[in-house]
Amino acid sequence: MTDAAWETLSDQAVAAAGVVYFLALLAHLVEWASLRETGGEGDGGADLPPVRRQRVAMFGRLGLLLTALACAVHFVSLLGRGLAADPNRVPWGNMYEFTLSGTFVVTLMYLVLYRKFSLAWMAPLILAFVLSTLMVAVIWLHSEVTPLTEALNSYWLVIHVVSAVIATGAFTIGGILSAVYLVKDRRGDATSGPWARVPSQAILDRVSYRIHAFGFPVWTFAVLITGPIWAHEAWSSYWNWDPKEVWAFITWVVYAAYLHARSTAGWKGRNAAIVALVGLATLWFNFVGINFFSTNSQHSYAEGAPAFVVEP
Amino acid sequence: MTAPTRPTRERRAGELTPRELGRWLWRQLTSMRTALILLLMLALASVPGSIIPQEGVDSVKTSRWQNDHPDLTPIYEKLGLFSVYDSAWFSAIYILLMVSLVGCIIPRTFHYLRAIRAAPPAAPRNLTRLPDHASYETSETVDDVLTRARAALRDRGYRLRPAEDGSDAVSAERGYLREVGNLLFHLSVVVVLVGFAMGGLFGYRGGVILVEGSTFTNNLTQYDDFEPGKLFAAEKMGAFSFTFDKFDVEWQATPSRGVMARAFNADLTYRETPDSPEETYDLRVNHPLSIGDTDVFLIGHGYAPVITITDGNGVTIFSGPVPFLPQDQTFLSFGVVKAPDSETGQIGLEGLFYPTFEFLEGNPVTVYPNDLKPLVSMLVYTGDLGLETSAQSVFALDKTNATQVMQDNGKPLRLDLDLGESATLPDGLGTVSFDGVKPWTRIQLSQTPGKRIALVGVVLALVGLLGSLFIRPRRVWVRARRSGDVTIVEVAALDRSGGGDVVPVLEELVTELQAHQGKENA
Ligand code: HEM
Repeated sequence: MTDAAWETLSDQAVAAAGVVYFLALLAHLVEWASLRETGGEGDGGADLPPVRRQRVAMFGRLGLLLTALACAVHFVSLLGRGLAADPNRVPWGNMYEFTLSGTFVVTLMYLVLYRKFSLAWMAPLILAFVLSTLMVAVIWLHSEVTPLTEALNSYWLVIHVVSAVIATGAFTIGGILSAVYLVKDRRGDATSGPWARVPSQAILDRVSYRIHAFGFPVWTFAVLITGPIWAHEAWSSYWNWDPKEVWAFITWVVYAAYLHARSTAGWKGRNAAIVALVGLATLWFNFVGINFFSTNSQHSYAEGAPAFVVEP
Repeated sequence: MTAPTRPTRERRAGELTPRELGRWLWRQLTSMRTALILLLMLALASVPGSIIPQEGVDSVKTSRWQNDHPDLTPIYEKLGLFSVYDSAWFSAIYILLMVSLVGCIIPRTFHYLRAIRAAPPAAPRNLTRLPDHASYETSETVDDVLTRARAALRDRGYRLRPAEDGSDAVSAERGYLREVGNLLFHLSVVVVLVGFAMGGLFGYRGGVILVEGSTFTNNLTQYDDFEPGKLFAAEKMGAFSFTFDKFDVEWQATPSRGVMARAFNADLTYRETPDSPEETYDLRVNHPLSIGDTDVFLIGHGYAPVITITDGNGVTIFSGPVPFLPQDQTFLSFGVVKAPDSETGQIGLEGLFYPTFEFLEGNPVTVYPNDLKPLVSMLVYTGDLGLETSAQSVFALDKTNATQVMQDNGKPLRLDLDLGESATLPDGLGTVSFDGVKPWTRIQLSQTPGKRIALVGVVLALVGLLGSLFIRPRRVWVRARRSGDVTIVEVAALDRSGGGDVVPVLEELVTELQAHQGKENA
């Protein structure tokens, strides 16, 4: 296949993945709608009429299946991006590709942790998030495949960005959990209907912590180990206080604060969840805000990346 | 915290002796809550430096910003907002954090050393009061159950409380290394900071633009810019030299961004000391050269048109390559040429270099960034160019007292010279010719002592962190009691990390204990 064919394939795969994600979301919405009206007790709605219960189970499974399919197609789109470049490269050379990879990690992580943490109830949230982010990527961020600029052309890029993307995916899921925790804090528990399906605050807090606890060392690895090593090779200084670095550091510090908050009296629970969301906000701001608003970052993913142009 | 209320005759209630005050302050500073708040403050304090240009990061941008904001500049300057990361207030936060950190780890280390030698605590009176517990009945004897529970827990890596006479319970604990991980992590943070500080204090960073064919000898006078750390000692500079022999670059056409440069390669010949043998190195982006403690990096490149200027008497007053600075990805470059004073008047040129140009309505535009069809397009100045005053940037022409050379029609004279072309200046000023193009590279040199310390520090921190986050300390108790002709077994587990889910642990253990019973019955 030619490079152009790979690129076309990638674009088509993104569109196809979007459609399948949408179908998966629909399936889950039907599933949730079936839990309404008559009281759905706990997980899966034990006191629903049998027909209804069957419908819930069936659409839940269908949704999961479609999500897995969408995830596979999503992967094809990433593969296409990588193979379309000459020379072939990892598919995260610009913001569009980073978004594509990031959302892929969110879905993949959701699927991997689906059983371990009983995440079935999160399906609509995850899908809505992935779908809307993909839409933003396609509409506003899409760009053609280009070779990497010289400074980005390093295997440290692979390691650095892979870990950053994985941590971003984890923090995103963790953040969604913390947000739900906070909503639960206001709304309280329900004994029936869809809301009853959402786990208790204790579980939300614990699962959120476990996912953050996974993301934090990965983030540490990405921004405090591989980032500096690469910066040292490419820009001659391992830490430059470049805006992108500053914000990666801020994110790191805020998540360290989150881990502390979870074991500090008076900060446990609600405040810890708020700190986690602040961390997520800094993470996204770094990705979106710094790329678009900062003109003095060397990590110029957003436009032509003149990382190799000298200031007098 | 409220002040001690113990009333004494000499002082009023609520008054503290200096010692008590000190201890109180210390306890506050090393509390978890303070650490948490300091962390959040550190995050907040880092923000301004990402918005306001920083002197240490980009001094050119900073001075430009300062020129644009004359009202804010003095205020910002007072607040240290142009060098946030070594300002007093930023330092105060992280120093307090470090003090808090050390104050926190030392007692914890002792606490841990005591804990590691202690046996797991005895079983609580009522195991079913614990949040996670299970129980079952069996026909086995109490001793059998407890013996097997001991074996099962030992297999799973638990440490057991030595059996006591008359005890009806087993106490087990595991995950002691979590605390080690946590201590290692916090200690390593200090190590990283030490390494980082060493780089800032004892290191330096400098840059130089070298035209192909020129030689650099490592001493201060040769640098275009030089930023030493506060405690940098010039004797630490290596006595090396290198010659920039040749520059290669590959140009690649891309669909959306036009032609892009890639695979830059500067061939260097270097000597570590004046008497060491000559060696060669292909300097590339992402592949720095290390000479002793100094790292040499290729961080930029551009074009240096070779310009010759003769004065009105035909004497060559300037001849050589002049580095021009790329303005963007097309390598349209800006530069100035200053000829020294001569009998027929000073000559200064200022203008642009087009690597591959085409004329569009009488004006040149760049087509490609590679130098296929180069052009220099310069305005000419004469009069007093301030050439004698020292400390002038080589990239700026001082035009305050200069006069621009005009055409006969009153418009400014612009020399558009193709490669090899020359032009005669009016009023017998002289001639200018464009003889060739040479590449230049910008080389950055730096010494960063402590970088290995910092690296080892973060790696250890990560290892500690993994231990701290993924080792799940927990306690398990098994109690067996005879009641009538059955034995009631109660099992309880307690997670001590705040993140563990002990229900599966409990279930698995109970299943094993019960399975055994099934086997025996059968
Ligand atoms: C540079 C500043 C600091 C950073 C980056 C930092 C980071 C962290 C991180 C990431 C954890 C999570 C590990 C875990 O959950 O087990 C942690 C835990 C902890 N930190 Fe810090 N810390 C800092 C300063 C401090 C200070 C000053 C104290 C003392 C007051 C402290 C006390 C603790 C304690 C007691 C834990 C264990 C919490 C637990 O068992 O869950 N830390 N720290």
